[in-house]
Amino acid sequence: MNEAAAVVELRALSAPAAPGVPGLALRGLDLRIAAGEQVAVIGASGAGKTSLLMALACAVRPAGGSVSLFGRDPWAMPTGELRRLRGRLFLAPQVPPLPPRQRVVTAVLAGRLPAMGLLQSLRTLWSPRDAGLAQAALAEVGLADKLWLRVDRLSGGERQRVGLARALVSQASLWLVDEPLSALDPTRARGVIDALLGAARRDGRTLVCSLHQVDVARERFERIVALRAGVCVYDGPAAGLDDAGLRALYAGELPEAVPADPLPAADALPESMCR
Amino acid sequence: MAQAVRPTGAALHDPALLRRVSWLLVVAVLAWPVLVWTEFNPATLLDARSLGATWKFVSDFVPPKHDADFLAELLRETWRTVAIATAGLALAWLLAVPLALLSTARLSLSGLAAPMRPLPTALRQVVRWVLVVLRSIPELVWALLFVRAVGLGPTSGVLAIAITYGGMLGKVYADLLESSDPAATQALLRNGSGRLQALLFGALPECAGELVSYTVYRWECAIRSSVVLGFVGAGGLGQLLDSATKVFAGSEVSAILMVFVALVWLSDRVSAVLRRVMG
Amino acid sequence: MTAMSETRVLPPPSSSRRRGLLVLAGVLALVVASFATLDLHWREFLAPAELAKLAAFGASFFPPETAPAFLRRTLVAAGETLAMSLLGTVLAAGAGLCMALPASARGGAAARAVHGAARLLLNALRSIPELVWASLLLIAAGLGPFPGTLALALHTTGVLGRLFAESIENAAAGPALALRVRGTGRLRVFLWATLPQVLPQLLSYSLYRWENNIRAAAVLGVVGAGGLGQMLYFHLGLFQMHETCTVLLAMIALVAVVDALSYAARRALSS
Repeated sequence: MNEAAAVVELRALSAPAAPGVPGLALRGLDLRIAAGEQVAVIGASGAGKTSLLMALACAVRPAGGSVSLFGRDPWAMPTGELRRLRGRLFLAPQVPPLPPRQRVVTAVLAGRLPAMGLLQSLRTLWSPRDAGLAQAALAEVGLADKLWLRVDRLSGGERQRVGLARALVSQASLWLVDEPLSALDPTRARGVIDALLGAARRDGRTLVCSLHQVDVARERFERIVALRAGVCVYDGPAAGLDDAGLRALYAGELPEAVPADPLPAADALPESMCR
Repeated sequence: MAQAVRPTGAALHDPALLRRVSWLLVVAVLAWPVLVWTEFNPATLLDARSLGATWKFVSDFVPPKHDADFLAELLRETWRTVAIATAGLALAWLLAVPLALLSTARLSLSGLAAPMRPLPTALRQVVRWVLVVLRSIPELVWALLFVRAVGLGPTSGVLAIAITYGGMLGKVYADLLESSDPAATQALLRNGSGRLQALLFGALPECAGELVSYTVYRWECAIRSSVVLGFVGAGGLGQLLDSATKVFAGSEVSAILMVFVALVWLSDRVSAVLRRVMG
Repeated sequence: MTAMSETRVLPPPSSSRRRGLLVLAGVLALVVASFATLDLHWREFLAPAELAKLAAFGASFFPPETAPAFLRRTLVAAGETLAMSLLGTVLAAGAGLCMALPASARGGAAARAVHGAARLLLNALRSIPELVWASLLLIAAGLGPFPGTLALALHTTGVLGRLFAESIENAAAGPALALRVRGTGRLRVFLWATLPQVLPQLLSYSLYRWENNIRAAAVLGVVGAGGLGQMLYFHLGLFQMHETCTVLLAMIALVAVVDALSYAARRALSS
């Protein structure tokens, strides 16, 4: 383990998949991620990848154990501080959270909302002044020409890339990305993951990325965390994960299955979300 | 931490800006005459004289008038309102059913094997237009006309509701019948049953629930209409309210309003129960 | 020769059928009681002399009055009615949107209290018909189209507020969740994530309500709120049938125009 400060520290974390859902999706998870690390999270559907990202994004209250982000316990913070903490992380769900009739430029610039004042956010809804920023981010994922289009005119894969462009304009230092490649073809997928990793490495951002494409995880990421039934079964360098271990991990699952882990309904979020 | 990309130097032009600004201008241009024509002046609400009158009126609301004679009258007029609505809707139903049956293509005999012949099509279209005309004149106008023609009293209210709601019920009944599966009625008609039989055994079982549901919903609306019609002399709570407001009798007005809101709530509950039982 | 001696016994009517018959009986009783207790003067009404009088009354409307001065006044009154309906609907859409936010609140006990209070207010506004509001507002605002506009706005706020709140509650949760995870304030989440989704539906409801409001605006004048209604009441009161006919035709035409505009706008929205 390097000496850099821990951005994420989970101790024996147990959490449900979504608030109000019975049963535990994570059981006694220990994890420590240092600042600037890029970690891939792999596992079969239902293993708890999305739940892990949700717990890291403070969208689900832990049922047991502790969460520590940037050295602090988010659930013990006063609401104002928690809000500022939230601005430092970015969650990209698997299903791109883009309103269908919104334009791509506005959807991307939504990543800057924590940094915008009320007046500026109203002004951006009327006509975006930072369109150049959005364009640069879209160029990174190969969608620069879609800047002024409506989101519902894009394909599923294009929408997924717009969701990642939003991460690029946000000012977050912890990126939590859920299955960014599920709707992309292999060539496009490698380009996108390279852009993501490049941006993260350039500024020393921490990236936790759940992936179903294990080959991409092994090729591009230095550290892999493997989950099975809510428990961590492997946490180490990509090279240390062998095929036998992978087979055991995905035993009983079809290789091409693309899971769709459900998001918690917005109304089921704990009250501290509503700040 | 700063964002991961730097903005491009290119000056970007928002294609939607022009459209949005033009809409804004259109609204601004329209707003002025609209505000002038409606004599929109919130300041009139706040001028001393009207404030005084309003305050006196509103302060009389509490306590609402509750002496025995007034309450008896209130009860009588409430029943009258409900009776006008019910009688009006009953007549509306009698009007709507034949009109709906005449206008629906479901019961067309000529349309069984080939596209409907011109005469039946024209007849159905005419009936549809009749329904539209019945619907497009507000019931208050009908009531005004009937009051002029037959004098004050519940008759004008009942007739006004019968005509307008007849048009509404007729249209919705026809629409519901049109949206039902034609196979049932066509099979019966092909095998020689009469049109009415085809309706009763073919289309009605499928649509009955929705027909009843809409009719009960309209009964609820009729009660509110009946109150409104009281303002032109059809009797009931509306007439009481009209005379009370004209003499600025705040305590009477508040009592009538409370009864009215309770009546609306009650009819809503009854309607929900009826729709559940019969739907 | 043996006769068929088995008797078939029908099953007793099911409880739901019995309940249905009871309800039907109750409805019939209500209808009969209504006709019986109302003083409807059927006999006088349906007497041939009365019917002839009615026919003469109907015939007295034609031809409609077409003097240019009168037509100009009718046009002005129609414009006033149109303006009333437009402004009343726009004000109601704005107020309804403001009220829809608390009325769709979710979360803990505080949010539930706010939700309940907002819904109660909207129901109260909705239950009272426009005409009743207008007659009350005349006390505060005097005669003319201003109380009519306010009356329309108040009633329609109740209607639209509830419809808007339901749309907001039914909007997809994903976009809002992604923004709230980052700590974005409630208002901004609404403007950036929820409103873009529901805006076409809100506009559609408002346009549909405009169709109802033009009819309501036309009749509000009967209590003194200006427009075509006031003209109708005035001329009908003086038994000036030809002028009344013109006003009625203007009303029908105005309603048809607004219906068509609203339909076209809603079609354009959904394309």
